Amino acid sequence: MGKATVIPFGPQHPVLPEPLHLDLVVEDETVVDCIPQIGFVHRGLEKLVETRDYNQFIYVAERICGICAMGHSLGYAETVEDLMGIEVPRRAQYLRVIWHELSRVHSHLLWLGLAADAFGFESMFMHCWRLRERVLDIFEKTTGGRVILSVVSVGGVVRDMDDATLKWICEVLDGIKGEYEQIMRTLLTDTSIKNRTVGVGAISKEEAISLSMVGPFARASAISYDVRMLGRGAYGDLSDFQPITDAQGDCYARVKVRCLEVLQSIEIIRELASKVPEGDIAVKVKGSPAAGAQASNVLEQPRGECYYYARGNGSKFLDRMRMRTPTSQNLAGMTVALKGCDLADVNMIILTIDPCISCTER
Amino acid sequence: MGSFKLGGMTFGSLFKKPETLLYPAQTKAPYPQQKGHVENDVDECILCGMCQRVCPCHCITVEKKERRWGIDPFSCIQCGSCVRACPTSCLSMQPQCTAAAPAKSCIDREVPER
Repeated sequence: MGKATVIPFGPQHPVLPEPLHLDLVVEDETVVDCIPQIGFVHRGLEKLVETRDYNQFIYVAERICGICAMGHSLGYAETVEDLMGIEVPRRAQYLRVIWHELSRVHSHLLWLGLAADAFGFESMFMHCWRLRERVLDIFEKTTGGRVILSVVSVGGVVRDMDDATLKWICEVLDGIKGEYEQIMRTLLTDTSIKNRTVGVGAISKEEAISLSMVGPFARASAISYDVRMLGRGAYGDLSDFQPITDAQGDCYARVKVRCLEVLQSIEIIRELASKVPEGDIAVKVKGSPAAGAQASNVLEQPRGECYYYARGNGSKFLDRMRMRTPTSQNLAGMTVALKGCDLADVNMIILTIDPCISCTER
Repeated sequence: MGSFKLGGMTFGSLFKKPETLLYPAQTKAPYPQQKGHVENDVDECILCGMCQRVCPCHCITVEKKERRWGIDPFSCIQCGSCVRACPTSCLSMQPQCTAAAPAKSCIDREVPER
C-alpha cells in the first residue's frame, strides 16, 4: 500500500469544458477517494426571478446553460403554465418537443465529439461537430438563433414552422443519420475505445438507485427511467417510447446509451413532424400567478431529469423559482464511480458522466 | 483501428464540397428570419413605451417628452419581445448582427411629430 497523495484535478483541465474541481486521493496509481468542489460559475440566476417578471425570466432561464437552453426555457414555461392553469395549444406542444429533441441531438453530438477528443481520436471529433453544425443550422433557420433560441414563451411558442420547413428538417436529419450511424459503429466497435471504456467506472443498479442517479448515467446502470415516458405534451402522442438502457453500468454502457439516444431522438422528431396538428401556436396569457400558488414539473434534459419548482405571490414576479439539475444529482454517483479507478481513467469517467456545471450552479 | 473504420467517410470528404467557408473571404448570408438587431421605423413609432416595459435586459429607453427612442445594441439579447409587443409594428428584427466595435455605444433616434 502506497502513501496517500491528494492530486488536484481542475477547475482548468483540458478534458473539462466547464470548471469542476476534484481532490483526488491517490494511492500509487489508484484513486481511493474523490472530493468534488463546485462554485466557480455561480451567477445567482434563481434570485433574478425577483427582478424579472414571469415572461422576462424565460430569457434568464435559457441562459442557465448553453447546451440545455431549450430544455430550461421549456421546463420553466411548463411550470409557470401549471402555476397559472394555462392550456397550451397542441401545435405549440409539438413544435416545442421537436426543438427540444433537436437540442438533445446537438448536445449528444457535442458530447461524442468531446469524448472522441479525450481519446485522442481527432478525426471523429471533427465529424461529430460537423454533423452537429447541421443541427445548429436547423435552429438558425427555424428560430433565428444557433444556441440561445428564445422560441418558447409562457402559453406557447413565438415562431411557427410550415410543412415545407418540417419536411426540410426531416431531410437534414436523414442526411445526419446516415453519417452518424457510421460514426456510431466506429465508436462502439473500435478496439482502442473499448480498451479505455469497458469495465471502467462501473456502477451497479443498486448503487445507482441509492445515489438517485438520473439520465443516461442511470440508464446505463439498467434503471429504466426517462421523464419522456410519462408522456407530457406531445410525448404522449408517440406511438411507442421505451427508455434506452444497458446493464453493464460502465463507461462503455454510457457511451452506448447516449449513441442510441441520438437515433431515438431523430425517430421522435420524424414521427412528430409527420403529425403536427393545425392550430394556434400560443394562447394569450393575462394576469399573474395567485399568491401562494405552487407548481412543480420534471423534464428530461439531455443529461437527465431536471426538476422545476415555482411559487407565485400574486404579482407578475414569482416568489421563488428553483431548479434541481441532472448533474447535481449525478455528482454523488461520479465520486463513487471514481473510487478504485486508475488515475489515467479519471478523464474518461468524468466525461462519460457529461457533467454540466453551469446548470448545477446556476 | 478506428481510423480505418472512418476511412470511407474521411476519404469521401476529399471529393465533396467543403463544409466550412473560407472566412473572411467567404461569408454566409443570414437566413431571412435570423435574429440580428432591432430596427425602429421612427416614422411609425408612437412612443408608447411598450418595448421598454417588456425588455428583459432594460436596453430600450423611450423619452416621450423629448421624442427620442434609443437602444443599447450591446446589451440587447435579441429575444424579440419588443418586436412582438409593438402595437404599430414599427419595430422589426433585422438579420444582420451588430458589428464588433472598440467601444460600446447606444443608438438614439429622434421620433418626428406625426
